[in-house]
Amino acid sequence: MNSRERILGRVRRALADVPDDARPYQEAVARDYLREHGQRSVAQTVDLLAENLADYRALVHRCTDGELPELVARLLSAHGSGSVVVPPGLPTGWLGAVDTTLVQDSAASTAPELDRVDSVVTGCAVAVAETGTIVLDGSSDQGRRRITLVPDHHICVVRVPDQVVSSVPEALERLDPTRPLTWISGPSATSDIELDRVEGVHGPRTLEVVLLSGS
Amino acid sequence: MSGTFVGMPAFPQAAREAVGNTTLRGNLRHATHTIRDKRARAVAELEDWAALREAGKQIKDHTLRHLDRYLVQVEEAVTAAGGTVHWAADADEANEIVARLVQETGESEVVKVKSMATQEIALNEALEARGIHAYETDLAELIVQLGKDRPSHILVPAIHRNRGEIRDIFRSEMSEWGRPAPEGLTDTPAELAEAARLHLREKFLRARVGISGANFVVAETGTLVVVESEGNGRMCLTLPETLISVVGIEKIVPRWQDLEVFLQTLPRSSTAERMNPYTSMWTGTTDEDGPRTFHLVLLDNGRTDTLADEVGRQALRCIRCSACLNVCPVYERAGGHAYGSVYPGPIGAILSPQLRGTGSEIDASLPYASSLCGACYEVCPVAIDIPEVLVHLRERVVQGGPAVRGGNRVVLKPAKGHAAERAAMRAAQWAFTHPGALRTGQRLASRTRRLHPRTLPGPGRAWSGSRDLPAVPAEPFRDWWQRTHGGKGGAK
Amino acid sequence: MRVALFLTCVNDTLYPDTGRAVVTLLTRLGVEVDFPMAQTCCGQAHYNTGYRHEAEPLARHFADVFADYDAIVTPSGSCGAMVRELYPHMGERARAEGRGDTLSAVLAPVVPKTYELTEFLVDVLGVTDVGAYYPHTVTYHPTCHGLRSLGLGDRPRRLLEAVKGLELVELPGAEECCGFGGTFAVKNSDVSAAMGTDKVRNAESTGADVLCAADNSCLMHIGGTMTRLRTGMRPVHIAEILASTREAVAA
Repeated sequence: MNSRERILGRVRRALADVPDDARPYQEAVARDYLREHGQRSVAQTVDLLAENLADYRALVHRCTDGELPELVARLLSAHGSGSVVVPPGLPTGWLGAVDTTLVQDSAASTAPELDRVDSVVTGCAVAVAETGTIVLDGSSDQGRRRITLVPDHHICVVRVPDQVVSSVPEALERLDPTRPLTWISGPSATSDIELDRVEGVHGPRTLEVVLLSGS
Repeated sequence: MSGTFVGMPAFPQAAREAVGNTTLRGNLRHATHTIRDKRARAVAELEDWAALREAGKQIKDHTLRHLDRYLVQVEEAVTAAGGTVHWAADADEANEIVARLVQETGESEVVKVKSMATQEIALNEALEARGIHAYETDLAELIVQLGKDRPSHILVPAIHRNRGEIRDIFRSEMSEWGRPAPEGLTDTPAELAEAARLHLREKFLRARVGISGANFVVAETGTLVVVESEGNGRMCLTLPETLISVVGIEKIVPRWQDLEVFLQTLPRSSTAERMNPYTSMWTGTTDEDGPRTFHLVLLDNGRTDTLADEVGRQALRCIRCSACLNVCPVYERAGGHAYGSVYPGPIGAILSPQLRGTGSEIDASLPYASSLCGACYEVCPVAIDIPEVLVHLRERVVQGGPAVRGGNRVVLKPAKGHAAERAAMRAAQWAFTHPGALRTGQRLASRTRRLHPRTLPGPGRAWSGSRDLPAVPAEPFRDWWQRTHGGKGGAK
Repeated sequence: MRVALFLTCVNDTLYPDTGRAVVTLLTRLGVEVDFPMAQTCCGQAHYNTGYRHEAEPLARHFADVFADYDAIVTPSGSCGAMVRELYPHMGERARAEGRGDTLSAVLAPVVPKTYELTEFLVDVLGVTDVGAYYPHTVTYHPTCHGLRSLGLGDRPRRLLEAVKGLELVELPGAEECCGFGGTFAVKNSDVSAAMGTDKVRNAESTGADVLCAADNSCLMHIGGTMTRLRTGMRPVHIAEILASTREAVAA
């Protein structure tokens, strides 16, 4: 008998005493919890996102489409970035005012090469107001997972209010589980020293979130 | 201090040392009290906490009830997504599988994400024996590994170390493993985190094999989820070419939607955050993004034995948040090492004796490592009634009885060393079902009360070593009642 | 209403003053209370130490002794929790062991009518001001089984706040276990003593003369630690505070 059969056999024997539970999954779990917490207008939801992002030390900026290129250029320059990695599908205008070296996200680029790049600019798949979270799903405006990990400075653009949801349940509904997903809530942090939170370990130590509105 | 838990003394002896260690007591008190209050605030933000807790419990119970079906579904979904699934009945088999998979890559070093399952099976030691170096990349795990120490907490394995001790370990040990600690390293947490970043970065950048566990596996999609803070998890999960995830079979949830419960309850219970900094979710492999090869090792190692126990199986609901450790007054004073297992604290006291059996001295003593105060049950985000399971396991220790070990039904003998207690319990039972005898005993105690000392010799010192005995009253209540209310209530 | 006092074996043997206080208090509130002489022990110590089967005859005996009363009042949070929370569980376990519903059926009647003293006062009698006088500074320690198993909540606090002359002061770390835990106190005496010491130090820091609780087992441990540490504080059961009156104090 192989271990697969052994384990499955043990599971079945272990449950032999349990009364039959033919209830389907939908009935087995009472989902009496809330889909979102509190009542908010669309604008208030965006405000909550900004507040919670900032609470975990993300730097939050707001701008319109027209202001974005200047803002991105200013943030990169303020960070002293000499190079920025660019996902293949990033809207071309976003980096229109940038004069630093652009590095294209490529399957061939190695981790040590990425380690020499200062910053990355991406879009996102969805942002969660209640938790101050942005979620990346590897779409072409976000690129491979490594490009938002190895560089020390991440600028993430969130289209508000379209990409903003209130809650974790609403976010999961919008996401495709077959894509590689990264949920990001603030810059990397640790609680490993005396259970006290310190920002800045292996992931980007600076996370800037731009809340981009249409006009 | 040895790096393993083999041959641990029973809990009371191990705890005695910790209780007397004022540095350790101070470190644990500071850390657990800090997180305790924060957790309470994070939980209080959600008005539907009780409903989330109940849903989490029901999801896990439903999954465990149909675990065979969901295991097969996981296998199908992961395979369809490009992964390879392996089954390991015990620690040795899991270690063999992982070692073989690493050897097949031709690599002799791996980077690891913090994982309770791989600690449980002592994977690092097994790999080392085969010439493979495993580098722990979680900050606390790094502290433990560099200090040749043992983990003492589920979330923060180096919780027993304060910042000064961590600085000393970094200064003296980092150079042995790779990049040395920066000159003039101080004990500020930010500088210590920076030192870890520099030390580990070279390992991340050259790593070709990553090893992880998982917090959740979604059966319908084959998605694995790792919840972390530092980004070391993302490094290990995305930079290497090969990823091997060792996951206990109880980590399954049926559907994608189920994550909406646990992604709310786990971070708030664990690090007391609305959301942890990073959560990675992956389904098999993705072309040109992340590892090209993905292996999932499904681990039993005592879990099916635990599943066979109708009271004890609720321990398999555990999502390893460690909230129960942080509120436990016994853990706070005894420290994690006294539990003799990678699973310390209240959850460890019910998990270790089930996964490993109650045969060893330490495992037979763990069910008693609790005052049954119930604080653990109150904070548990999946409502594991830890006191109930503790009492159940005490029964197994003193009375023996049917159990399942290694998949086989066995009848356990009562543990040795409880004979006097058993006799006393039976004598008390007799007296308590014979009120006349009880009354005679009470009167005898009252009549001889002037002879009673306030402290006791011999085994009685377990009480009177630190506490005076109460004075025995001149007469028991029932005699007073008989005198003053005689005739009433005497019918029965 | 036929009301029985379930005093508990520990109180009967070691703390008869608590029993007398309950009788005094309930009588003052117009409740005629009976003490069934056949009562012994609820079986908690057996049960919690792993001797569930040995606890069963004690539970049956309890159910038999108290079956005919309308309310069973006990000045012990943990013994109250044993009956209310764990008797039903004992019945379920017996059923799971293939011994049918007999134990459940025998124990079921006494479960809902068993009240811890402060529950009986606040919920059944509907009083919070029991007319007590107690001219001392008091800090209150909520014992674990009363707090978490029975959910006594703010009942004891409301009762204490209504006592004339009593100054109630907050106990730091109040909800943390004192370290008694039945046989835990001797099986893990070092940890138990460390918990007890911390509890007593916290109590001392309040400046109170009296530490009050609703469970004499915990008070035995806390009080024994207090005398060993030579603090000037006394442990007092809440029943004795609530029974105290201006006349009694004057006398």
